[in-house]
Amino acid sequence: MIRLLFFAHLGEQVGERQVTWPHVPDTVGKLKEEVEARYGLPLDRVMTAVNEEYARDDAPLQPGDTVAFIPPVSGG
Amino acid sequence: MTESLFAITSEPISVEDVMKKVMRPEAGAVAVFAGTVREWTNGKRTLFLQYEAYVSMAEKMLAQIGAEIAEQWPGAKTAITHRIGRLEIGDIAVVIAVSSPHRAEAYEANRYAIERIKQIVPIWKKEQWEDGSAWIGDQLETKPYPSGKPEVSE
Repeated sequence: MIRLLFFAHLGEQVGERQVTWPHVPDTVGKLKEEVEARYGLPLDRVMTAVNEEYARDDAPLQPGDTVAFIPPVSGG
Repeated sequence: MTESLFAITSEPISVEDVMKKVMRPEAGAVAVFAGTVREWTNGKRTLFLQYEAYVSMAEKMLAQIGAEIAEQWPGAKTAITHRIGRLEIGDIAVVIAVSSPHRAEAYEANRYAIERIKQIVPIWKKEQWEDGSAWIGDQLETKPYPSGKPEVSE
């Protein structure tokens, strides 16, 4: 099981800011494919953080991880 | 006001409090930048802004920027506070204070900090206009995504 976090427009599209994901794919890239399919979200321009660190698509996932989908940021 | 050098808050920011965090005897300069909510952007009127953050990660990323500055400009000390929630026109969204022995480094490092915030810190703003709203979503903060998602054609 992993925890998914959706921010900004992604949270609005999913309808939840936080989701429990029972399946643990091998990599961030595979998780993105599953999430894209489940919610119809394009994630190609979205950054990903695993446990609050930016992670590439080939980064491995472990049960208990928190994965955040981070659209282009606009602070300041 | 939080004691931490790098903070996300939902309260109004005191410029002086952020500045005091970096003042010390070794420093002969403190550069302070305040980012404020602008009413007009390219002829379009903003009513107010809504800021959202991944708070725990955003504070870590702000601290990372402080570490990058300390490495690049030895002797520079940085404090950054960013506000989230609903902000009105003229409100302060972010305050960056950098102290250093001499002014040149303080100015340069302060500029570096705001540019890095726009690249790596998970904070988003949603524009509320007279005729609608949109998340502002690129690093130059100029491109709205009216469909709520990035356009494929980019």
